[in-house]
Amino acid sequence: MILTVLILLPLVGALVTAFVPAAVARLVGLGFAAATLVAGIVVAAQYNAGDGMQLTETRTWIESLGVHYALGVDGLGLLMVLLTVVLVPIVLLAGWHESEAPGNNGAKAFFAWTLALEAMSLAVFTATDVLLFYVVFEATLIPAYFLIGGFGRAGRGRAATKFLIYQLAGGLIMLASVIGLYVVSANAGNPSFLISDLAALDIDETTQRWLFVGFFIAFAIKAPMFPVHTWLADTTEKATTGTSVLLVCILDKIGTFGMLRFCLGLLPDASQWATPVVIVLALISIIYGALVAIGQDDVLRLIGLTSLSHFGFIVLGIFVFSSNGSSGAILYMVNHGIATALMFLVAGFLIRRTGTASIREMGGVEKAAPLLAGFFLVGGLAAAGLPGLSPFVSEMLVIIAAFEHHWLAGSVAVLAIVLAAFYALWMYQRTMTGPDRVGMAPVADLDRREVGILAPLLLALLLFGFYPMPLLDVINPFVHESLASVGIGQEGGPQ
Amino acid sequence: MTEFVKPSVEYFELWPLLAVFGVACLGVVVEAFLPRSIRYTAQVVLALGGLVLALVGVVLVAQRVQTYDDGAARGVLAVGGTIAVDGPSLFIWGLVLALAIAGVLLFAERHLDGGVSAFAGQAAAVPGTDAETASIAANREHTEVYPLMMFAVFGMMLFPAANDLLTMFVGLEVLSLPLYLLSGLARRRRLLSQEAALKYFLLGAFSSGFFLYGAALLYGFAGALDFASINEAVRNDVGSQSLLLIGTGLLSVGLLFKVGAVPFQAWTPDVYQGAPTPVTAFMAAGTKVAAFGAIMRLFYVALGADRWSWQPMLWIIAVLSMFVGAVLAITQTDIKRLLAYSSVAHTGFILTGVLGLQAADQLAVGEISSVQAVLFYLATYGFATIGAFAVVSLVRDGAGETTAIDRWAGLGKESPVVAAVFAFFLLAMAGIPLTSGFVGKLAVFSVALAAGAWPVVVAAVIASIIAAFLYVRVIKVMYFDKPIGDGPSVAYPSVLTATTIAVGAAITLVLGVLPGPVLDLAAVAGEFIR
Repeated sequence: MILTVLILLPLVGALVTAFVPAAVARLVGLGFAAATLVAGIVVAAQYNAGDGMQLTETRTWIESLGVHYALGVDGLGLLMVLLTVVLVPIVLLAGWHESEAPGNNGAKAFFAWTLALEAMSLAVFTATDVLLFYVVFEATLIPAYFLIGGFGRAGRGRAATKFLIYQLAGGLIMLASVIGLYVVSANAGNPSFLISDLAALDIDETTQRWLFVGFFIAFAIKAPMFPVHTWLADTTEKATTGTSVLLVCILDKIGTFGMLRFCLGLLPDASQWATPVVIVLALISIIYGALVAIGQDDVLRLIGLTSLSHFGFIVLGIFVFSSNGSSGAILYMVNHGIATALMFLVAGFLIRRTGTASIREMGGVEKAAPLLAGFFLVGGLAAAGLPGLSPFVSEMLVIIAAFEHHWLAGSVAVLAIVLAAFYALWMYQRTMTGPDRVGMAPVADLDRREVGILAPLLLALLLFGFYPMPLLDVINPFVHESLASVGIGQEGGPQ
Repeated sequence: MTEFVKPSVEYFELWPLLAVFGVACLGVVVEAFLPRSIRYTAQVVLALGGLVLALVGVVLVAQRVQTYDDGAARGVLAVGGTIAVDGPSLFIWGLVLALAIAGVLLFAERHLDGGVSAFAGQAAAVPGTDAETASIAANREHTEVYPLMMFAVFGMMLFPAANDLLTMFVGLEVLSLPLYLLSGLARRRRLLSQEAALKYFLLGAFSSGFFLYGAALLYGFAGALDFASINEAVRNDVGSQSLLLIGTGLLSVGLLFKVGAVPFQAWTPDVYQGAPTPVTAFMAAGTKVAAFGAIMRLFYVALGADRWSWQPMLWIIAVLSMFVGAVLAITQTDIKRLLAYSSVAHTGFILTGVLGLQAADQLAVGEISSVQAVLFYLATYGFATIGAFAVVSLVRDGAGETTAIDRWAGLGKESPVVAAVFAFFLLAMAGIPLTSGFVGKLAVFSVALAAGAWPVVVAAVIASIIAAFLYVRVIKVMYFDKPIGDGPSVAYPSVLTATTIAVGAAITLVLGVLPGPVLDLAAVAGEFIR
C-alpha cells in the first residue's frame, strides 16, 4: 500500500494545488512534495537490501488484456524513487519566484505540473507490469510538455513540441514491442503483461531481437544517446532550470532504468547480441557530448550536452555486462542526478542575475559573488569527475569495467575525463574569472534561500564521494540478482 | 417458383429498430400537422424519447439474447434470416443510439448562434436572395432535421445487422440519403455546404452502384444472397472463383467508401468541412461505427472462409489510409478538414483490427479477439470525435464558427477549459495513455500482431508518430502561439452542447483509465451468428 500512497500523494497534491487560491498554492504544493519525501523515506526504511522485488501490490486492471496494477521496488527502483522525492522539493523551492516571472504561466501551474510529473515518475520507477510502465512512461510527457512550453525563454513552445514529438515517437516504437511481448505471452498460453510472467517466458532469439530494437530505440531517445539526442540541448536551453532538473536528472533516468529492467531483464540474449553496437554508440555519446559542450556559448545548452556524455557512461556501464559496470552505472545514475541538478540550479541563479545565458557576455562574477562561484566550481568539478566528489566513484567503476570488456572501449572512455575537465574549467574561467563586463551591474551573491536549496546537493556530493557504501549496499545485491538471473557469471562486486 | 411465405417478425428482438423507425415516421407527421411554434420542442422531445426507448430496448434484448447461449455466438436471425440480432449488432446498436442522443443534443443547440440552430432557415431559398434574407429575418429554422436524423439512425442500425446483401444495401441507402440532405443544410457558408452535399451525394451514389453490382456478382457465384449460403458456397468452392473475387472487390468499394478508407476518402474533407458542425459530428461518429459493423459482418460471416483473398487487400488499404490520412492532415489549415483526414487515418487503424481475424481455436484463453478490439475502438473513436466536433462549434468569431487553425492561437488563455478539453480529445486521438484512444490502439494492434500482420503494425506505429505530430501542433497553437488580432472568442453553449462535451470527455477518460467493463462487454458480445 505504501507505494500507492507514494504515487497518490503528489497526484492529489497536483490537483489540490491547481484548485486552491493562488496565494497559498505554493505552500500547499511544497507541503505535498514534503509529504511525498516522507513517504519515500518510509519506503526506504521498509526496504531490505537483497530480497528482490519488495512492497509488492498486484491487482487486475484490464482483465481482457492481462494488464495489472502491479507495483514493487528493488534496489534500482528504490534509488530512483529516493532521487525523485529529494529533487522535487528542491526544484519547487528554486522555482518559488522564478515561475512567477513575467511571461511565465504562474507558480500555481508550475507547482501543479511538477507534482503531476513527480507522481508519474514515481509510478514509472515502481511499476512491475509492462503496460502500466508504458502508460505512466507516456503520461510523464504531458506535464513535461506543459512545463517546458509554459515556463522559460522565448522559443520554448517550439522546443516543447520538438521534445514531445521525439518522445512520442520513441514511445510508439516501444508500444510495438510492448504488444509484441503480449502476443508472445498469449502464444505461450498465458496472456499477461506482468514482468514476472514475461521473465518466465522462453522467447526465441529472432523475436527477442525485434523486441529489443523497439525498447532500445525508445530508451535511447529518452536517455538520450547519440544520434537521437538533438532534443536535449534545445529543451534545456529554453526551459527553466527547474524544469531541466526534472527532465535531465529524473525523467531521462527512465531511459537507462528501462534498459536495465526491460532490455537486460526480459531480453538478455538480444541485449548481448546488440552489445557491440550499443557500446560504440555509448562511446560516441561520451566523446561527442563532451566535445560539443566545449564549443557552446549558452550555459544551459552546455550543461545539457554534458549530460549526453554522462548518459553515454551510464549506458556503457550497463552494456559491458559485469558487476562493476552495472554497479557503476546505477551509482552514476544517482550521482549524475545530484551533480547535474546542482549545476543547473546554480546556472539558473546566475542567469537570473546577469540576464543572459551567453558565456561570452559574462565575466568576473567570482569577485562579486564568491559563494555562487564556489557552488558553480564544485558542480563543474563534480561533472569532471574530481576525486572526493561522488561522480568520481561511479566513473571509475564504469571505466574499469570498460577496460575489462575491451581495452579500446576503456581508452576512449578515459579520454572523456580530460574533455570534461576542459569544458568545466574553461566555462568557469570564462564566466567567473577575468575582468568585470563593461556596463554590467555587479552580480549579487546567493541569498540564504538559494544557499539552502544548493547545500543539500553539495553535502550529498561530498558524502557519497567519500563514503558511497550506503548506495552500494543497495546496488550490489540488486546487480548480483539481476546478473545471475540473466545467466552472466560473477567476477565479484566492487567493495 | 416457390410460394411466397410470410416471414415471422420477431417484434421483441427488433424492438430498438422499430422504435427508431416509428419515431422517424411520427416526426414526419409532426412536421406536417403541428404549428411552427411548437415543432422544435415536439421534435426534440420525440427524437430523444425514441432514442432512449430504443436504448432501453437494446439492454432488454441483450439480456434476453444471453439465454440463447450456444458457445460464442449468441443471437437470433430475425425476419426470415434477414436481420441478425446478435452480440455485435446489439453492441453497435447501443453505441449508435448513444452517439445519436449526443447528436440530437448538438442539433438542438440554439445558444451559440443568436437563438437559432446551426441549420438553414429555408434550405430552398437560393443563397444571397431576398427569400433567404426574409427567412433569416423571421428566425425560421428547419425542424425536418430530426426525422431525417432518425431515419439515418435507423439505417445505421439496420446496416450492421443485415444478414443478407439486399438488406445490407437497403440499410446503406437508408443511412446515406438523409445524411446527403443534412450535409447541405448549414446556416452559414451555405454554398460550401451545398457543394459538399452534392459531392457526397454523387460519390455516394456511385459507390452504392458498385455495392449493388458486387451483390449481383456474388449472387451469381453463390446462387443466394444470405450470408450463410454465401459462406457455404465459399467453403465448398462451388461456382466461379472470378465472380467471387470481383464481387468481393466491388462490395468492398461500397463499404470502404462509407468508412472513408483510401482510395475512397476524397469526399471526407469536403463534406466534413461543409456540413453543419453538429451533422459532421454525428455523421463522422455514427457512419463509421455502422459501416465497420457491416464490414466485419460481411467479411467474417459471408467471406470468412475466403480470408486469404481479402486480408491482403485490407493490409494495403489499411496502410494507405493511415499514411494518406496522417500526412495530408498535417498540411491542412482548417480544423474540420484536419479532423476529417485524421478520421481517414483512424479508419486505417480500425482496419488494422479488422484484418486481425483469427480462427477461434488460435486464440489463447483470455486473449483479445478482433471483433472485441474493433468494437472497443469504435466506442473510443465515436465519443472522442463527437466531443471534438462539439468543441469546434464553440470557437467563433463575428462570421460564425472560426475553423482556421491559426485563428485558434491563444485559445488556452481565452478559455482554458475549452482548450483543455479539446487538447484532451486530441491526445485521445493521438493515442496517449490514460485516454481511451490508447487502449483502442493497443487492442487493434495486439490482434493484428497476433494474426501475424506485423508489417501493418509497424506501418501503423510509424503513421501514429506522424499523426501525433499533427495533434501536438494544434495543441501548440492553442497554448503557446500568439493570437492573431483579438484572438478567438468562445461562445457559451447551453446545457445541451455542454452535456455532450462533458459526457464525451468523461467517457474518453473512463475508457482510458478503466476500460475493463467495456472491453468485457465487447467480449460478451462475442462472435457474429451465422
